[in-house]
Amino acid sequence: MPTDRVFDVVVVGAGVVGCAVARELSHLELSVALVEARNDVGAGTSKANTAILHTGFDATPGSVESRLVARGYHLLRAYAPTVGVSVEHTGAVLVAWDDEQAASLPRLAEKATANGYDRAEVIDAETVRALEPHLGEGVRGGMVVPDEHLIDPWNTPIAFATEALANGCQLFTNLHVTTLEVGSEVTRLIAQDGREVLARFVVNAAGLHGDTLHRLFGFEGFTIRPRRGELIVFDKLARPLLGRTILPVPTSHTKGVLVAPTVFGNIMLGPTADDIDDRSATGSTRGGLDTLLQKGHRILPALLGEEVTAVYAGLRAATEHSDYQLTSDHGARYVCLGGIRSTGLTASMALGEEAVVLLASIGLNSTPQDAGTRSPVRLTPLGEGDARPYQIGGTIICHCERVTSAEVDEAVTSAVPARDLDGLRRRTRALAGRCQGFYCAAEVCAHAAVASDRPMSAWMGLP
Amino acid sequence: MSDAAVVIVGAGPAGLSAAIELRRRGAGRVVVYERELQAGGAPRHTDHLGYGLRDLHRLTTGPKYAARLTRSAERAGVEIEVGRSVHSFVDRVVTTNGAGGPTSVVAGAVVLATGVRERPRAARLVPGDRPSGVYTTGALQQFTVLHHQRVGTRAVIVGAEHVSFSAVLTLTHAGCTVAAMVTALPRHQTYAPLRVATATRHRVPIHTGVEIAEIVGHGRVEAVVLSDGRRIECDTVVFTGEWIPDHELARCAGLPMLPSAKSPIVDGGWHTQQPGVFAVGNLTHPAETADVCALDGCAAATHVMDWLTLQTWPTAVTPIDVVPPILWAAHTALGITVRVAEFVEGRIECRVGEEIIHRTRHQKWTPNQAIHLPRVANVRSIQLIR
Repeated sequence: MPTDRVFDVVVVGAGVVGCAVARELSHLELSVALVEARNDVGAGTSKANTAILHTGFDATPGSVESRLVARGYHLLRAYAPTVGVSVEHTGAVLVAWDDEQAASLPRLAEKATANGYDRAEVIDAETVRALEPHLGEGVRGGMVVPDEHLIDPWNTPIAFATEALANGCQLFTNLHVTTLEVGSEVTRLIAQDGREVLARFVVNAAGLHGDTLHRLFGFEGFTIRPRRGELIVFDKLARPLLGRTILPVPTSHTKGVLVAPTVFGNIMLGPTADDIDDRSATGSTRGGLDTLLQKGHRILPALLGEEVTAVYAGLRAATEHSDYQLTSDHGARYVCLGGIRSTGLTASMALGEEAVVLLASIGLNSTPQDAGTRSPVRLTPLGEGDARPYQIGGTIICHCERVTSAEVDEAVTSAVPARDLDGLRRRTRALAGRCQGFYCAAEVCAHAAVASDRPMSAWMGLP
Repeated sequence: MSDAAVVIVGAGPAGLSAAIELRRRGAGRVVVYERELQAGGAPRHTDHLGYGLRDLHRLTTGPKYAARLTRSAERAGVEIEVGRSVHSFVDRVVTTNGAGGPTSVVAGAVVLATGVRERPRAARLVPGDRPSGVYTTGALQQFTVLHHQRVGTRAVIVGAEHVSFSAVLTLTHAGCTVAAMVTALPRHQTYAPLRVATATRHRVPIHTGVEIAEIVGHGRVEAVVLSDGRRIECDTVVFTGEWIPDHELARCAGLPMLPSAKSPIVDGGWHTQQPGVFAVGNLTHPAETADVCALDGCAAATHVMDWLTLQTWPTAVTPIDVVPPILWAAHTALGITVRVAEFVEGRIECRVGEEIIHRTRHQKWTPNQAIHLPRVANVRSIQLIR
């Protein structure tokens, strides 16, 4: 529970960016707290991601985003395997579906070079077809991006948070900061329920609510305009239809609807891009799903014959600006990481580094922690290409995803534990498969209840 | 690696009945792998009457039926291994995973009896929020019957076929009011007496010709919005029916599938296109009642025995061709079972080439209801003449 203790740094928002910042700060001789309005880390915008580790080939050259995505890509690709976050190398092919798009390919290749990525290569329609024989009719050409990777988007923030906590960071969940008082030495962050956290320095990683917090500090400069992205995830039995990620030719508004494998062996179709006002509108819509099916039918017709295992919508923290909004203020002892859009997963570790640099620039002195005292973090990797616990032995309680009871135990009792079925699903894949709980929901809840010493009804989401 | 005469995948009515009959016929070692922690299959959690009529010639409840079949199998010397998932079978080497680690066994024959599941909300692409309180009948029954949990207080049931009415019973028994049943079809698809009983005893209205346009609720279900704009307040939504065979193992083994039913293709002797591999029960006809699946298992045992002793396999295993509005046709121990896509009137004709070998009388047919035709040898195609 929050105390009278004054933390050197409080990070507000435990999405993938906030968790990465907390992790980075936890390597320094500092007291750090991570504050999250929801009941879990990575449970807002970060949970509805396309799960691609981007090279950044299509960013705007010279932008902050371009620099941090490129840096973050290398950092995360190196880090993920060491902590059990699944990464899979598939590459991507950007496909042109009409002559106008095909004509823009050389320009995209030049842009990739300008972003420091020189392995993108324009290929003709036949080569695209040879790479991806299940693509629909009408391919006019393409560009291969051989270094695009897939990543487990859920275990990424969990790994960051777990490591941060192991290094002494404190995590406060269900703490929604609604008021703050910036004093001469200490900033008082006050939650809706009256709880307080005290900080010398504050990092705003509040994502979708980043502008609200920014205004609480008295700053203007950006307004979040949520951009809803709806996604359809297809069953693992669809995986043979695709070798690599199929990207569309991007527009200024969005990267467009892509078809991508996931590290778990599914195929994902999406996202849409609708600018909306409601920051809680994470529901899918008939129109959005119909649009996706229409696009999916064109890109990979056979996909629509497979079963769907999940439909969800996420809100990207887009702003009126095209770039990330990174600011710092000496007087308020405040760093803002605002307007981090869907590239935030890839850029997360670079944003962690960036936050430390910005904090230092406004007077936070710190020394590195002795690396020898750090505890290693090791999550159970969930990728289709990873060795999974069931293969060694264990009672499988979620059959579609082959999740063992030991994995459920671990997920509900770990340092950053699952508090509901969504959290359990993100950590273990339980209930994420094709039956969606037809076979296993009750057994999984019963097991989680025993392991967590909470009633089964709590896991069923009953009031 | 051990040896077994027959490995059966799935300890539901079809798998257990096949196992019992194989033992009775002297098949030798018969091993049934069941991934759940108890044998018995779906009837374990369907706690109302309706089981055993055609196979045991008595009417009983699902749990009693499942327990009885399991006991019979044990008494017949069937080895049932629960908590063990079959991972693959290649050249009838069956590999499994479970608490003791991986195993493999060489089987003389493999019988797939992996059953069916209901299509869940996501696969139906129902838009809206993703609150808790959304179930399939299977999940609902496991919560209430096997784990004695309460669910919500007011439910909407999606679907109006037999299983949807089973969900009414389950919910009512669990103290949950059923606010409405919703079906996109113009009428319910169960037997009239069951509909009447539901309407009078439980006072459940059925909204026909509408779909769920949206599920509303952050955290917990608050309401559903129908495609005609009506809003029904509820805290629970149960998606019923739309059966899909649990065919992962069959597909991953490379067995050709019938796209319409999503079942592995089998002939009237439950032979798949891989010698030594059979498929029985609801995996091959989504879905029939448990007694039909049990009778399938018994009947298939004869063909399994023939394979074990003679090592002969049909040269061509082909599906029964159908013409819309017929969705699919499959073999059962009772004959042939057919599904239609819509409410339709006419005669159903079974043909071998151009020759009509069976014809029903002109009548009304109901979607989502099992249409049983008698066994007719060598039937190649089935169509409906309006």
